[in-house]
Amino acid sequence: MCLGIPMKVIKRDGDTAVAEAGGIRKDVRLDLVSDVDIGDYILIHTGFAIEKLDPKEALETLELIKDVYRAGMTGVVDETDIDPKQHPDKDPK
Amino acid sequence: MTDDLFDSFHDPAIGRRLAEELRRIRLKQSLRLMHVCGTHEHAIAKAGIRSFLPDGLRLIAGPGCPVCVCPAGDIEMAIQATERDDVIVATFGDMFRVPSSRTSLEEMKASGADVRIVYSPMDAVRIAEENTDREVVFMAVGFETTAAPIAATLLSGPPRNFSIVASIRLIPPALKFLLDRGGGSVDGFVLPGHVSVIIGKAGYQFLESQYGVPCVIAGFESVDVMQAVIELIHEAEGDPPYRVANLYRRVVSETGNKLAQEAIDKVFTVSDSQWRGIGSIPSSGLVLRPEYYHLDAAMKLGLKARGHDADLLPGCICNQVILGDSEPEECPLFGTGCTPYRPHGPCMVSSEGTCRARYLYRPVT
Repeated sequence: MCLGIPMKVIKRDGDTAVAEAGGIRKDVRLDLVSDVDIGDYILIHTGFAIEKLDPKEALETLELIKDVYRAGMTGVVDETDIDPKQHPDKDPK
Repeated sequence: MTDDLFDSFHDPAIGRRLAEELRRIRLKQSLRLMHVCGTHEHAIAKAGIRSFLPDGLRLIAGPGCPVCVCPAGDIEMAIQATERDDVIVATFGDMFRVPSSRTSLEEMKASGADVRIVYSPMDAVRIAEENTDREVVFMAVGFETTAAPIAATLLSGPPRNFSIVASIRLIPPALKFLLDRGGGSVDGFVLPGHVSVIIGKAGYQFLESQYGVPCVIAGFESVDVMQAVIELIHEAEGDPPYRVANLYRRVVSETGNKLAQEAIDKVFTVSDSQWRGIGSIPSSGLVLRPEYYHLDAAMKLGLKARGHDADLLPGCICNQVILGDSEPEECPLFGTGCTPYRPHGPCMVSSEGTCRARYLYRPVT
């Protein structure tokens, strides 16, 4: 119910925008967010952007996550294993 | 690049490493951790996270599905509205099949009522604009996350033939209720990420100052949830004071979304509210402010919230499941008398109900 989908803003027009995720485009309302630019990522819930995503914070959280197993007992971390572009499990796009 | 960045939160390679870490943890004592979000339950069940939790750790689902806690009396109001020829009822899909004391919106539609499923409250407004000779009643169900778009919709100036049945519930009072009621103690909470987007980390300040229970705000990808569980274990096994940790900082700020809070506050005011299967929780719901009574379907059409006794249908233990006191599998009806195809209780209806998530992703035997 509280599902939120991160989408990328590709067009802006006043209080509305066109946002895209996974090849799907949607008209969304911007009533609840400010300073949205084309190229920004916004979190969409029931047709409304409820927040902008912060790439810097996302990167920092990922580093924290990697620290969990770097600090753990798993031994040496093979960085290629966690590079999204290189590991084999990633869904082809 | 940024696509890849956000995708990393469901990267199987990272997920595997976290799963390995989780498996390796040996608890000092058994722990009960609770999440209060249907989307978390869905992520946990889908990624099979319970299968690699350390021995002694229980990850239970609390009252995190607004559809499941929507009292039968509120559904009854929407059903009364469907009985009028001059009314169209618009609802989120999740709400469509939830039974009240006598029937559901789905059954009303099957018998000829005009019930339409919408994705956004703005879709319901559009239906009202296209059908000016009929009243459009939107079944406004949700937590804080959904309250904000609903408020924005009401502030956008909907037409005169638009109104809502408000059944909006708030998460912090429910957490208070869970902590105050005693019994079935909770050693830590995974806090709902998208409610947190609206209320911010500050919305949980009382958990630090009054209760001192470990809490982590978490996102909804498998990696987010595993990281949250690992963090909670470390917190719970460490020494107080416990702080609310925010692991979903890519969208959750300290003070939350101010525009959303203002919109909610403009339209709604806090009220004691009924939770299906639980009863009344103080200051746990939102009702329209008097200035917006012209958008209240109950007042406009004289709808009555009857049939709260149907909150728990015979044989159903949804109330215990919602409070985390019982696992869905402990219900005698689970998977036999109650399935997603023929749901008996609300937790099996919503795509985020605990029983439904558990049924859909049950182990294959």
